[in-house]
Amino acid sequence: MNIPGNIITLIAGILLTLISLWYGQNHGLMPVEASQGAAEVDELFNLMMTIATGLFLIVEGVLVYCLIKFRRKKGDKTDGPGIEGNVPLEIVWTAIPTVIVFILALYSFEVYNNMGGLDPETSRDFPQGEMQMAENQGKMVAFNPHQGHLSLGIGNAKADLEVDVNGIQYAWIFTYPDSGVVSGELHVPVNKQVKLNMKAGDVIHAFWVPQLRLKQDVLPGRDSNLAFNSNRIGDYPIVCAELCGAYHGGMKTVLHVESEEDYQKWIQENTFANAQEKADTMALMTQPITQESRLEMHSHHLGVHPEILAQLHDHD
Amino acid sequence: MSTTTVSEKPQHKERKLIDYFTFNTDHKVIGIQYLVTSFLFYFIGGAFAEIVRTELATPDPDIVSPELYNQLFTLHGTIMIFLWIVPAGAAFANYLIPLMIGAEDMAFPRLNAIAFWLVPPGGVLLLSSFLVGAPQSGWTSYPPLSLMSGKWGEEIWIVSVLLLGTSSILGGINFATTILKMRIKDMDLHSMPLFCWAMLATSALILLSTPVLAGALILLSFDLIAGTSFFNPTGGGDPVVYQHLFWFYSHPAVYIMILPFFGVVSEVIPVHSRKPIFGYRAIAYSSLAISFLGLIVWAHHMFTSGTPGWLRMFFMATTMLIAVPTGIKIFSWCATMWGGKIELNSPMLFAMGFVSSFLIGGLTGVMVASVPFDIHVHDTYFIVGHFHYVLFGGSALALFSGFYHWFPKMTGKNYNEGLGQLHFILTFIGLNITFMPMHQLGLMGMNRRIALYDVEFQPLNLLSTAGAYIMAVSTIPFIINVIWSLAKGTQAERNPWRALTIEWQTASPPIIENFEEEPILWSGPYDYGIDDEEEEEESVSDMLADVSAK
Ligand code: HEM
Ligand SMILES: [Cu+2]
Ligand SMILES: [Cu+2]
Repeated sequence: MNIPGNIITLIAGILLTLISLWYGQNHGLMPVEASQGAAEVDELFNLMMTIATGLFLIVEGVLVYCLIKFRRKKGDKTDGPGIEGNVPLEIVWTAIPTVIVFILALYSFEVYNNMGGLDPETSRDFPQGEMQMAENQGKMVAFNPHQGHLSLGIGNAKADLEVDVNGIQYAWIFTYPDSGVVSGELHVPVNKQVKLNMKAGDVIHAFWVPQLRLKQDVLPGRDSNLAFNSNRIGDYPIVCAELCGAYHGGMKTVLHVESEEDYQKWIQENTFANAQEKADTMALMTQPITQESRLEMHSHHLGVHPEILAQLHDHD
Repeated sequence: MSTTTVSEKPQHKERKLIDYFTFNTDHKVIGIQYLVTSFLFYFIGGAFAEIVRTELATPDPDIVSPELYNQLFTLHGTIMIFLWIVPAGAAFANYLIPLMIGAEDMAFPRLNAIAFWLVPPGGVLLLSSFLVGAPQSGWTSYPPLSLMSGKWGEEIWIVSVLLLGTSSILGGINFATTILKMRIKDMDLHSMPLFCWAMLATSALILLSTPVLAGALILLSFDLIAGTSFFNPTGGGDPVVYQHLFWFYSHPAVYIMILPFFGVVSEVIPVHSRKPIFGYRAIAYSSLAISFLGLIVWAHHMFTSGTPGWLRMFFMATTMLIAVPTGIKIFSWCATMWGGKIELNSPMLFAMGFVSSFLIGGLTGVMVASVPFDIHVHDTYFIVGHFHYVLFGGSALALFSGFYHWFPKMTGKNYNEGLGQLHFILTFIGLNITFMPMHQLGLMGMNRRIALYDVEFQPLNLLSTAGAYIMAVSTIPFIINVIWSLAKGTQAERNPWRALTIEWQTASPPIIENFEEEPILWSGPYDYGIDDEEEEEESVSDMLADVSAK
């Protein structure tokens, strides 16, 4: 049977589109979504996966086809056709990536804007008020970058709950200014706008919750903010994503997204907790403490065995 | 002769083995010196990678201590970049540029030798840092961490990177001058081989960006040694300024690492497909476009750092635009193969492997350019997967492709085809098994630069480690092939591939003055299958083959 070439091309094109569309939606590579923003990021990723799958199949397909179809026959010393280019074809394949990139950039811009990334408060490196104040005093602001309060990060809008975050080697310390609760884990109520005011005590850390699709560096000498609204009750890892020293891998804790009642209960318990216990926690979490004991504090999240830790100590 | 325009022209006597260990000004000797040196460091950097991957086979930090782990990946990255890929690019450029443009040597032979002789001390110095505690803060060396974890190791790292950067600048000056000034008279810019275009673009990038890295490192060094606080927040400095300076070099550095190898595959593919390169000008100009765009995208490494929103948008747009010239190249290489007469030998296998894996690095590259997505995957294994597809699947595979392609020219010996193909198959399989699962790990939530991780990540890490072992094994046929061919290989012909670029017009290996007489431009570099009016049957390349056989 002799099927005309353009029909084969058509069928191949349809198949390719279907496979790309299917894989783009069903790759299952992302962890669960625990915020509104996460869903948007995933949709963007799905679109990029669809396009990438299509391009991948086309180019790899061409390579495999060449490999099979255009092999030199034994003893054939002649050259292939002397085709040096094809202007219309080249215009097409310049235009296609240009259009794709244009669409992706616009879409990414949209998602980023929805996440609050272009919030007037956050998108400026230097809040207007402070700038004027600095000018009035005749200061050279450019040479004094963190004198002013630098506000970085996503979604800085009005929050239902503010938490102060301090990143130190190798722990996160969360302080609830309203109740004075200090904790090594973050508890937030579900469906509430939460704003983190983050500082670093020593080196750069990065606050990352994969399920929220959010990450922000925490820089010493600067304040950064991160706002999120989690819509899914559950426990999610808080990961430090910026190399911060030998036990960077151990700088991990948990985000508990709870119902309003559970959250209030937790706040109550901790506010009225035994004063001595609280003092202990504080002592444990602030300065004079070895790297190993900090690691131990956090090791239970990692499934690291005590023997391994003991072994670790022997190394030093 | 056009080479007389440049004054410095030392005479070379007959070649002896000792020449390769001394201050020799012959570009071919220097090319080999670069190549051998860079491969020695490849094995060292590769060994470190194997230890890193072995450690990551299990979630616990049990093979090496976390400090040593950090030292190993820091040195792995530094060595692979500054002591392998970049010098290997310089190796090809040194060896090939004068031969491809019909010159007797580089424009500044003594400078060339100096540039090379900065590399071994730089490398030895870097390794010596193990004696005082190697640097632990990654190849990026972000302050304030880099100011805190081991002063002397860090200082040694700075000095050795400065040495290697200087070497690279000296090389860049030489390549650009040679390409622009020393072509034989018939060769205009548009009839020179694409490798020369690629090196021109690379040199421009080296000259514009490397000095900025030097500046950043010198300031970092002041902070470290003299207690200044350019970047140290405790004294009022700003660590983000370092990141800007660092990435202003180090993003272009990615193109410094890959553009020369784009050039290499643009030479290999037409020869072994017996077709002209498709879209010569598009490929040449897209190199320049990549150079230019490469200079204005650096802050995409800082999307989660102290970068304001509007600036993130600007860098997102410029970064994504790089997909256009890169896409043009990939499509052009595919179109060159299409309808050709492909000889599936080692150079061609590596070249096709390069196109297929670099494609993956490019596709994930567009993804990470998207700010909302990058916020999720920045500093995770997704990034580690992405840049290894670019650097290993891109640069390294193309490097091997060029290595086999020019092996007969450089050594005068034929390599063993079977071993070459085995090398390719193991590398290609190993590469994909090692780096593909990393993407998923990153998306799931595994951050990079960690010696210990959650148990849920173990299966994919185990797979990745298995792949790394396959890659280690893949070097065995390679090493055997090189040693065996040098010792027992048959004498290579002048032009075994019947190629049209003029380095193939001289003996294999080339005589000391490169050519007996000034080479003649028979044809364009890629005029395969382009017959002149009268002769329908016999192509230019066949005539050439006849001539060189005599
Ligand atoms: C056998 C092949 C290789 C393996 C198994 C391997 C493995 C790895 C791994 C696991 C890391 C991640 C360390 C971490 O972030 O925790 C890494 C980092 C890195 N690799 Fe490779 N790699 C290989 C080859 C290469 C090559 C060929 C290059 C460059 C030409 C390269 C350049 C880098 C760089 C720049 C880093 C970053 C280092 C840093 O973060 O300081 N690698 N490699
Ligand atoms: Cu940290
Ligand atoms: Cu960390």
